[in-house]
Amino acid sequence: MTELFLIARVAGRTVAIPTQQVGSVVDLGEVIAVPLTERAVRGLTALRSRVVTVIDTHLALGLPAEPGPIEAGRRAVITRIDGHDYAVLVDALEDVAPFERLPLSLGLALDGGWRAAAAGLVERDGEPMLVLDLSVLVPQPLAA
Amino acid sequence: MDDLLQEFIAETRETLEALAGEIVAWEADPNDRARLDAIFRFVHTVKGSCGFLDLPRLGRLSHAAEDVLAAVRDGQRIPDLSLVNAVLAIVDRIGEVVEAIDGGTALDDSADDLLIAALSPDAAPAGQVSQGSAPRAASRSVRLSVDLLDRMMSGMSDLVLARNELARRLRDGMADPSVEASLDRLSLTLAEMRDTVTRTRMQKIEALFSAMPRLVRDTATELGKQVHLAIDGADVELDREMIELMRDPLVHIIRNAVDHGIEAPDRRRALNKPAAGRLAISARQSGNQILVEIADDGAGIDLARLLAKAAAQKLHDPAELARMSEAERLDLVFHPGLSSRDSVNAVSGRGVGMDVVRNNIEQIGGRIALRNRPGEGLTIAIHVPLTLSIISTIVVGVGDQRFAVARQSIDEIVRTSGAGIRIDRVGDAALATVRDRRLPLVALGQLLGLTDAPPQVLAIVATRDGDYALGLDAVLDTEELVVKPAAPAVMATGVYAGQTLPDSGLPMLLLDGSGIAAVAGLRFAAPAVGDEEQAGAVDAGVPALLFDDLDGQRRAVALAAIDRVEQVRHEAVRRTGGQLRLSCGETIVPLHAVAPVEDCDGITVLRLTDGAAELAYAVVEPIDIVTLPTRLAPPAAPGLIAGVAMLGGEQVEVIDPYQLFATLAAPATAARPLCLLQGDAGGWMDTFLRPAIEASGYACVSRLAPGESAAVALAMEGAGDPDPAAVGAPVVRLRTQPAARGPADDSVYRYDRVALIAAMNACGVAQ
Repeated sequence: MTELFLIARVAGRTVAIPTQQVGSVVDLGEVIAVPLTERAVRGLTALRSRVVTVIDTHLALGLPAEPGPIEAGRRAVITRIDGHDYAVLVDALEDVAPFERLPLSLGLALDGGWRAAAAGLVERDGEPMLVLDLSVLVPQPLAA
Repeated sequence: MDDLLQEFIAETRETLEALAGEIVAWEADPNDRARLDAIFRFVHTVKGSCGFLDLPRLGRLSHAAEDVLAAVRDGQRIPDLSLVNAVLAIVDRIGEVVEAIDGGTALDDSADDLLIAALSPDAAPAGQVSQGSAPRAASRSVRLSVDLLDRMMSGMSDLVLARNELARRLRDGMADPSVEASLDRLSLTLAEMRDTVTRTRMQKIEALFSAMPRLVRDTATELGKQVHLAIDGADVELDREMIELMRDPLVHIIRNAVDHGIEAPDRRRALNKPAAGRLAISARQSGNQILVEIADDGAGIDLARLLAKAAAQKLHDPAELARMSEAERLDLVFHPGLSSRDSVNAVSGRGVGMDVVRNNIEQIGGRIALRNRPGEGLTIAIHVPLTLSIISTIVVGVGDQRFAVARQSIDEIVRTSGAGIRIDRVGDAALATVRDRRLPLVALGQLLGLTDAPPQVLAIVATRDGDYALGLDAVLDTEELVVKPAAPAVMATGVYAGQTLPDSGLPMLLLDGSGIAAVAGLRFAAPAVGDEEQAGAVDAGVPALLFDDLDGQRRAVALAAIDRVEQVRHEAVRRTGGQLRLSCGETIVPLHAVAPVEDCDGITVLRLTDGAAELAYAVVEPIDIVTLPTRLAPPAAPGLIAGVAMLGGEQVEVIDPYQLFATLAAPATAARPLCLLQGDAGGWMDTFLRPAIEASGYACVSRLAPGESAAVALAMEGAGDPDPAAVGAPVVRLRTQPAARGPADDSVYRYDRVALIAAMNACGVAQ
């Protein structure tokens, strides 16, 4: 069974994001910082009349932070999790295409962040790509 | 009252429509408990509403149906065909009567008795008595789905943002005056529109409270009770949907309070309570929630009877009930079909109320909490989220960021440069003095890690526990904002109450005043100082010398402790034997200096004496003799500073001479009486006891050197029984338990410092 995936580049890798998780794809406006919150939360931005929380994908994956501030016009994938809208930063967007999801059974030694967020593999013309589960990237406080 | 009637009609009509399916399903399967409950709730709600809307006819019908349904619930009646038919006929009739009320037409009530009679067990199956529905009247109001309102609201916000964008472009492009005029008109219309759209959602909670006095009066009269009702916070604004959903729960709770809670006047008099019960309803905004409290001074919930009922109805087995905590037991009140009251009357029901109440509250994301004081009353607190509430806020600037603060949480805003405003570092905390009020200061920029610049503006924030000053860079604006909850990771910080999108189009966070106090570690447990009463007490205070200390702080010390003030040469001060000492003539006096004195030319010292010992305190210069207020703000930690006093609008640290002498002018160890610590196996005596005893003037040893003799010996209970003769000193025994074992027990509880020292001193004297 094939699903639709959004192919994006995140932290130097090509990943596939299931389109059911994607609300829309946007160019971000100005991001307002949120002091004291988790590092992966880069801030808030306005999307028409909604406020969305911007997630730094690098930090959410446990990678070193992206250098420099978020420029206006940065691309992001909007996803809605537990009634809140999040903008997950991506480096670039490539394509939307149907793929068959393969299980992650190759004995891949993924690191912490990637391992948690990986929800399978897809293959595009022989190039394997991780399926990224956006809901894992959104930090959830334990006590919530 | 017309409004209420309209509400009732609309609601009943709506429930009836929803209930139609349930009724058919119940008819098909009369043993279906869930369907039965739904129908039961319907007639119960109608009965409740009829009580205060004064609709006796509907009340009679619904009461009769409720009785029968309760019997079915309790298993006393079998829901056979004739019973189901009779109940359904009543439900239909309720619908007809409601339509008739709405249309203002008369409906013959002769058939009502037939319908009610049909409910009795031995009734013959009732014929069709419905008289056909009356024509529906055109309604003046429409019910809208909240989704639609939501879309309208966000469309409105988008419109405002688009307007702002347009205005910006026009400003940049030097627009035609006529275009600007059109834009102005657009803005005006938009503003009005927005107001209207906003109002469609928001309503003062007054709309909910206004019906309460009548409800309470009627209910109380019916029951022959007297109730004083106090309503507070009626102007708190709440989502219209929330108000709708809270109406029923509130009515139930208040009826319960009057019926079950508040006792009859005779009983109250017997209990030494005023004959009239008190019922207080209040609403207030607290953080990102609205809190509605209903407090009565009645009997409270009888937990024992509640448990007995739960056991009788086999809701839980007795062992389970016995294991329950008090809170869990109290929770039984919310169980469907359980009521702590035995009798049933027209006012409140058979426990149907509280489960419905909790359902409704939880439906809107709220929660309900009970505070039971048996014999003294019950307080029911309903928390509902602030979602979509409009808050009047003050927009503040910190660093280069903006935040909103709820206006009602701010008492006052002052500039730090203003007269009568001071900021001091006291210990490692900051203290703001606003006129004569001392408040802990939280610099928001520092707390949030945005800026280290000293605050320019102080906002006095009132929380439920106490007030504090919030240090800000600027106060920018006031704005009415629609606040929504932020993402969980953002809310988890504890300092935000929500997020909002103001007209600027940039998101903004709403600060939570109580949360900030908690995150900053403020504790308001100590009674607040700086009340007006302090001003009157100043004259009775202690005279003290005010001086500038070496570190630039202004301090004071009680005049009685000062022998004289003198100038000494720099060479007279030396650091010898680990501390500063001042040589004066033939003697050496310990010197206290808060900062290095080496740089000074001539030094001014205060010569302090306690009558026996002497010491010196280096200062820059004495200033004045003042009278200390009797009440001092306590220091963060005990030490050299006894407290902070308010003198002439300034904060002055008051030196504790006792502490000075205790640390500097302690008598030499050699002169101290010896205390022998006997059998200190675990080292407790050495670690815990020794400092306390040495501070009281004893020297402690765990073994006597040859030739030494102890003045007193301490022994732990159970560590053998040392013979006073062998030790050569009287023995004080320590016990580990606070309570003595009997009248003959002369041991001392080991943590009772006062008694211990007294016992030791008594031994010393006896010797």
